[in-house]
Amino acid sequence: MEFTFSKRARTLSMALAVIGLLLFVLGYFTAGEHGAEHLGQRLWANLLVCGFFFFGISLGALFFYALQYATETAWTVMVKRVYEGMFAWLPIGSAIILLVLLGGSLHWHHLYHWMDASLYDPASPNYDVIMDGKRAFLNQPFFWIRSIAFIFTFVFAAHWFRKESLRMDKESGETLVKSHLKNYRRGALFLVFFAVFSSVLAWDWLMAIDAHWFSTLFGWYVFSGMWVSAMITAVIVALYLKSKGYLPQVNNSHIHDMGKWVFAVSFLWSYLFFSQFMLIWYANIPEEVTWIQTRWEHYQVLFWVTFFINFAIPMVMLISRDAKRNPRFLIGVGTVIFIGHWLDVFMIVMPGTMADHWHLGLVEVGMFLAFLGAFVYVTLNRLTKAPLTPVQHPYLEESIHHSI
Amino acid sequence: MANKVIYAVYDDPEVLKGAARKLVTSGVKVKDVYSPFPVHGLDPIIGITRTRLGIASFMFGITGTSLALLGFWYFMISDWPMNIGGKPNWTLYHNLPAFVPVMFEFTVFCAAHGMAITYLIRNKTLPGMPARNPDPRSTDDKFVMEVRTEDNHGHSAEQITGMLRETPVFEINEREY
Repeated sequence: MEFTFSKRARTLSMALAVIGLLLFVLGYFTAGEHGAEHLGQRLWANLLVCGFFFFGISLGALFFYALQYATETAWTVMVKRVYEGMFAWLPIGSAIILLVLLGGSLHWHHLYHWMDASLYDPASPNYDVIMDGKRAFLNQPFFWIRSIAFIFTFVFAAHWFRKESLRMDKESGETLVKSHLKNYRRGALFLVFFAVFSSVLAWDWLMAIDAHWFSTLFGWYVFSGMWVSAMITAVIVALYLKSKGYLPQVNNSHIHDMGKWVFAVSFLWSYLFFSQFMLIWYANIPEEVTWIQTRWEHYQVLFWVTFFINFAIPMVMLISRDAKRNPRFLIGVGTVIFIGHWLDVFMIVMPGTMADHWHLGLVEVGMFLAFLGAFVYVTLNRLTKAPLTPVQHPYLEESIHHSI
Repeated sequence: MANKVIYAVYDDPEVLKGAARKLVTSGVKVKDVYSPFPVHGLDPIIGITRTRLGIASFMFGITGTSLALLGFWYFMISDWPMNIGGKPNWTLYHNLPAFVPVMFEFTVFCAAHGMAITYLIRNKTLPGMPARNPDPRSTDDKFVMEVRTEDNHGHSAEQITGMLRETPVFEINEREY
């Protein structure tokens, strides 16, 4: 069945983006004298927060999509278009990230302290021996090669998977199986690249904000955040489509399984968050604790709120089977955790860029809403382009009869 | 009249599901089905209620967390405050992060063991217990449906066997008990 992007949904998502933009502009002009001092930095930091959060959702969707091929999972076939819709955002999200990185390279902002050339000049008073030691990895040419390689790989893979998926709709018999096996191999290959790139991009784009600090767990921590955000978005989009009468063959078991993913990956995130925190807390080495200390001193409430929302709420609310089969409940809890994971990205970016001058006001909320509206628009728009239920897939029949 | 138990043996789970649905719609209560593997979608047909093992497991887990906390409080704080790496040791909550891994492990330990043991006791399949399987072939490639006359006062044993014969049944065995 073809999905038609109803006029109402079109207007609503656009309105969300416009309202967000208006709030953002309002926040910009009402920042006042006190806020104006750091306004430039604040805008760029926010662009990175929202840019990365929504990029992460579409990348998480792409990762999960490839994972389904690589593991030859049958039940997700019914909802595979939802993931395809979500990674439609990938080129736009990548462009925003590149814009932020470019801004750093051209010194429009100072999110990435390591990009300051004077740190590496022994004659300069800014000379930083630690940063000089990291130069083999953190230098502009290599940084740009990496960033472009990541983005190129992801955008290319997203484009390729989508193209293959549409082609499979027109195939049958032998050729269909052949295409599927090809996707299976490409899915596995993509996962290999993703395993390395997802960690390194977290170091490059987020950990490098606090360039003196490092954590070997950081890549997984960021990755689990992307993954869980993607799982939440997927279940919310699927439930929205179902509530409008689309995807009639997606039954309770599919929704239950998607809910399980939200639950399970929330735990993965909590596990990694805590593992990173506890090792730093226990070792108590100055070069490591700085990261936690900034958060503890200036962001204590948010620190707790983020951990509470992203750990305790899914744990308590989604543990029972009935909860995961209740659409309204799932949407409610999902929305809360969704915001929680945006806060998590906020907590990764802001302390290193704004320190104690951070705000959580109209600028932040406005930009979040603007991105959300645009993301929803792009996702739903992509869904109109192909039949919502895949026409042909070797596992289509098995997926229809999914029952747990 | 002695009670009778009827064992209808099938060689395909889908056929068995169809037969069970037919029997249940004509008001026959199916006592149980023995099969070599779990048959999807069978439980609601023969009216088996959902397992409460999950709830039990949750309780075991909570017990584990509480016991671990209690243990930590007694061993590490109350009885003999231990100075490990200069970490605060005068209150439980100051040192909580260090205890979380063990609390987590103990929760998993209690939940998993509690659940497994409960499962074995409830099914009467603890090691050494006699097998309650009516037909050894149901551990190989046959699916056995058990119908008891004491559950079905509306139908006689002949009526039930008659109904079963209309389905593609492999074999029917009757036994008095």
